[in-house]
Amino acid sequence: MSARRPLPRWADVALLPAINLALAFLVSGLVVLLVGENPFHAIQVIIYGAFGYGDGFGYTLYYTTNFVFTGLAVAVAAHAGLFNIGGDGQAYVAGLGAVVVALALDQTHWLIAMPAAVIAAAAVGGFWAFIPGWLQAKRGSHVVITTIMFNFIAAALMVYMVNRVLKPASTMAPESATIDVAGRVPQLRQFFSFFGYSPVNLSIVIAVLALIGVYILIWHTKFGYAMRVLGANPTASRYAGISNSRMIMITMTISGALAGMVAINEVMGVQNRLVLDFVAGAGFVGIAVALMGRNHPIGIALAALLFGALYQGGQELQFVIPGITREMIVVIQALVILFTGAMEGLFRPSLERAFMLLTPEQKAEAIAVSTAKSES
Amino acid sequence: MNPQRPETAAASAPANGWAIELEKINKRFGAVHANKDIDLKVQRGTIHGIVGENGAGKSTLMSILYGFYTADSGTIRVNGTQHAITDSRHALALGIGMVHQHFMLVDNFSVLENIVLGAEDSGFIKPSLDRARKELDRLEAEYDLEVDPDAIIEDISVGQQQRVEILKALYRGAETLILDEPTGVLTPKEADDLFRVLRTLREQGKTVILITHKLREIMAITDSVSVMRQGEMVATLETAATSPEEIAELMVGRRVLLQVDKGPANPGKTLLEVQNLVVADDMGVTRVKDVSFSVRAGEIIGIAGVSGNGQSELLESISGMRDQQAGNVLLNGQPLSLEGDDGAARARAAGLAHVPEDRQRMGLVTTFSEWENAILGYQDSPEYGAGALLDIGAAKQAAANHIKLFDVRPANIGLKTSLFSGGNQQKIVLAREMERDPDVLVIGQPTRGVDIGAIEFIHKEIIKMRDEGKAILLVSVELDEIRSLADRILVMFDGVIVGEADPATATEGELGLMMAGINNKTAPRGLGIAEQGPLP
Repeated sequence: MSARRPLPRWADVALLPAINLALAFLVSGLVVLLVGENPFHAIQVIIYGAFGYGDGFGYTLYYTTNFVFTGLAVAVAAHAGLFNIGGDGQAYVAGLGAVVVALALDQTHWLIAMPAAVIAAAAVGGFWAFIPGWLQAKRGSHVVITTIMFNFIAAALMVYMVNRVLKPASTMAPESATIDVAGRVPQLRQFFSFFGYSPVNLSIVIAVLALIGVYILIWHTKFGYAMRVLGANPTASRYAGISNSRMIMITMTISGALAGMVAINEVMGVQNRLVLDFVAGAGFVGIAVALMGRNHPIGIALAALLFGALYQGGQELQFVIPGITREMIVVIQALVILFTGAMEGLFRPSLERAFMLLTPEQKAEAIAVSTAKSES
Repeated sequence: MNPQRPETAAASAPANGWAIELEKINKRFGAVHANKDIDLKVQRGTIHGIVGENGAGKSTLMSILYGFYTADSGTIRVNGTQHAITDSRHALALGIGMVHQHFMLVDNFSVLENIVLGAEDSGFIKPSLDRARKELDRLEAEYDLEVDPDAIIEDISVGQQQRVEILKALYRGAETLILDEPTGVLTPKEADDLFRVLRTLREQGKTVILITHKLREIMAITDSVSVMRQGEMVATLETAATSPEEIAELMVGRRVLLQVDKGPANPGKTLLEVQNLVVADDMGVTRVKDVSFSVRAGEIIGIAGVSGNGQSELLESISGMRDQQAGNVLLNGQPLSLEGDDGAARARAAGLAHVPEDRQRMGLVTTFSEWENAILGYQDSPEYGAGALLDIGAAKQAAANHIKLFDVRPANIGLKTSLFSGGNQQKIVLAREMERDPDVLVIGQPTRGVDIGAIEFIHKEIIKMRDEGKAILLVSVELDEIRSLADRILVMFDGVIVGEADPATATEGELGLMMAGINNKTAPRGLGIAEQGPLP
């Protein structure tokens, strides 16, 4: 009989991720040790590189912005019981919307170009996720399969669009024309010299607004309620008169629109043009971010910051300690994703048991509940 | 507390001896004293019932006997010898087998493979299977338990699966069988078959311990019965010398009305009308075949029938959860349009409330808190927030109100609904649907898995709604419930309404025949039978 009580909330949202993270760093430390470097020095470099000075912190925030968007995209879909692993493709295709609007409006002012591009990127990203949503709602094709296939379609489509449509005849590189200064999203260094040469830009404001917006959407709107009912129990949502097919399509569209915001950060804030593969895997990091952040905006903000710091600190690491190669950084990042994402529940059972030993009342409650259930 | 009856308290060993003797068993889980000084003696070769409400400690006691838990204190004697049962393997070795409420079978294995699983003789499966096949033939013949050894578990009925569980225990040499709520998943026919098997087991000298909360079963099959309440053994009685009323009173601790107290119906105009309804299930098989009937204000129509004859599909279709192939549903004379996957929203808007058959799968989102469930289905209504925003304060207010009116326990709107007992979960659903003051209430299995005290309350509420002039359509597989609540009974068999009966005059035998599809007294579809008078 495994009468178990769920963990107290603080342990679930703070202690468990902390343990996972500690373990990830422990194993990473062993890897660093194996290649003959000092793990304590390495972690010091990572932390300093990510938070220690303006440039580094700016880069951390720039990566964080991307991960907030893709993390929210995964989380919104997850609340409706959908697993959107196509954030990468949705963000990539959304670049089309962003770049077309930005190029058209770059003679005006960023206050005009940016909102218009946000809407265009959201529309295109949303559309790219709507198709898998429609396929699931009307045809029963599972979004996990279709969204991942749409990542490949997006990659092929973008190569074609960049090379055959967007590339000016005068350039050799596979990229669109450059957006004029007036049409670019301003970088924070223009206002605060603290950020040095880092690319963090006003897209981070959109990220904060998105975090707040998603919180309100999920827990304070009727739509969010319906979404959560669908995610928790699709039969109950049908009983409640909620149109499951409609919910799936709308939720996927919102999810894709959120992923599409990556294009604003990258295309209008950093690269100033559409380049191939500008998403650079942010869509997949979003899955780990959402998992680690428990699909809650606060958790996602923190998890995105962690991954942002790992990306930036990792870059720093390979400059400072030449013994640690680029591949090594990928290994460390992968370990964090592995322990906090894929093996997120590894310690849950033992932690639950530990908590029950600590507090007999909780154990009594757990047993009472499980007995009541088995007897009903 | 009630003293133990003299006939068992001071009983000396009977002729055939005690199979199981538990003495002063105590088990605490922290502050909860789940078993307090429990004494239980089960005579060999008898069927012994254990009854009690949810949480009375029946399952804990049996888990101690079966080695899942260890008692804090007390002794266990099996066949007169004291043992400290450490795990279920040990219990099996002592000849104690258990048939769980939820079967522990591998769905895509054959019957034979399931029986051998975990009891193989060697690393090679073939000799074990051959030996098991011979042994199984013998067991089937001896106990009259026919099952095809080569059938795949998922292809056979629930009743047959239960037989496999029993055979599994017998194959492992069980002398004493513990059955935990065995009829919860069975049709009445299958339950009868099970009882026949249990009687055969008794004749062959096996001992059966039956855990249940259905008094009918206790009266029908057991030789003696032990009643538990709040962790204590309040009485052990000879079944022949007791009555359902006495057991119910011992279980609940106060007098319980087993018979529903209701006045005559006062039917008004027709509120719900179903015309030539045809409905198919998820596999595309037509389950409701051209069904027509109507429900008037102030009356309860009960639909009786063996589970699986189209009642579920009928309910789901009327309430907008399932597409209909043909036919009409009229509410207050207005046709309801129920197409699309949000038909349930339109049915509700028109004044039809639905208490579903399966509250955990449909009626509740069990991972949500109580207050979130208090608005399920009505989440779009303006009193829970104007526009797109959800008015959480209003929802919590409604939830607190429901809890107060329906005496839901614990009275905690923040608690997840999965943590409420079956009866309280049902009250949460009923409160939500009844408090909206609907014209028509469609209600399926209102008291399934609900303990006696709550059943009484729920029945009273249903009668109260009827007396307020609502039209109520009741579907239940409990014939007793239909007979005591309904003003008219329609019997459904194979998707067709095969007859109509007056609950005041129809006998259980007549209804039973109709439920089996045999009816030569009334016309099929049962329309207008009531006007011709009650069944002879």
